[in-house]
Amino acid sequence: MIGVEHYVVVSSILFVLGVLGIFLNRKNVIVLLMAIELILLAVNLNLVAFSAFLGDLTGQIFAMFVLTVAAGEAAVGLAILVIYFRGRGSIAVDDVNRMKG
Amino acid sequence: MIHVIAFYLFAVMTIASGAITILSRNPVHSVLWLILAFFNAAGLMVLAGAEFIAMLLVIVYVGAVAVLFLFVVMMLDIDFAELRAGFVKYFPFGALVALVLLAEIVLGVGAYKAGAIQLGTPDGTAATPVGMTNIQAIGALLYSRYLFLFEAAGIILLVAMIGAIVLTHRQRGDVRGQKIGKQVSRRPGDATVNVKPEIGKGVSL
Repeated sequence: MIGVEHYVVVSSILFVLGVLGIFLNRKNVIVLLMAIELILLAVNLNLVAFSAFLGDLTGQIFAMFVLTVAAGEAAVGLAILVIYFRGRGSIAVDDVNRMKG
Repeated sequence: MIHVIAFYLFAVMTIASGAITILSRNPVHSVLWLILAFFNAAGLMVLAGAEFIAMLLVIVYVGAVAVLFLFVVMMLDIDFAELRAGFVKYFPFGALVALVLLAEIVLGVGAYKAGAIQLGTPDGTAATPVGMTNIQAIGALLYSRYLFLFEAAGIILLVAMIGAIVLTHRQRGDVRGQKIGKQVSRRPGDATVNVKPEIGKGVSL
């Protein structure tokens, strides 16, 4: 039978994959943002699994708020990426220390 | 039995597509694998009995965020091969950090399974009432107990929307915009004249 431990294992592996993605693609901001989305997905999976197995809906409500913040973060992050590319013609993270503003 | 098979199918697919997302050479492929990962995670949530969050995941992520990612990847003309320069160099370090993190999480789960940590029991105020579906119960809770948090989430989305528009909007010099104040303040007397020309002389404009 599937218990909460199975879900915890899946979400922890997904979380670690997201962290690994941040290290591997540390020059490409787009894949960096995708790795952050993977981390947030792992957190959501954890919240939903515990909420379902404890019989308490608060975890699912909280997962909804995490989803809201993740959507806003993706929108603002991609907007910053677009203006960064417009000014520089590249999205390499190494150049960010030359930003002024 | 079918429940267990479905769980392992969704779990393996989620982890595999998450791994390909971060390892893929082409960011467009990365986005598509990310979409598959979200679909399978939604399947896992359906198996746990949380249909509403699962459908929300599909609609919000696959419908909005992933399409936004695809749009940005295709809009920007980037040499992605150059951006992968440090991939091999950072792989050992990244793998080490990931392994340490995974070991810590496994240790934490093991300690929990050994019974050293007692989780609290829910007080039952947020339990699904008998005879209600998941989405009904979430709605009843969201619009009563968490109403202000729900509105705060709306404000967060509004701020994110305004921020994204302000950041990406630019004033271009070569287009003529509408000047509403000038339009509204214009009066008939400014634009038209009433003349009475003599017959046979014509009018001068």
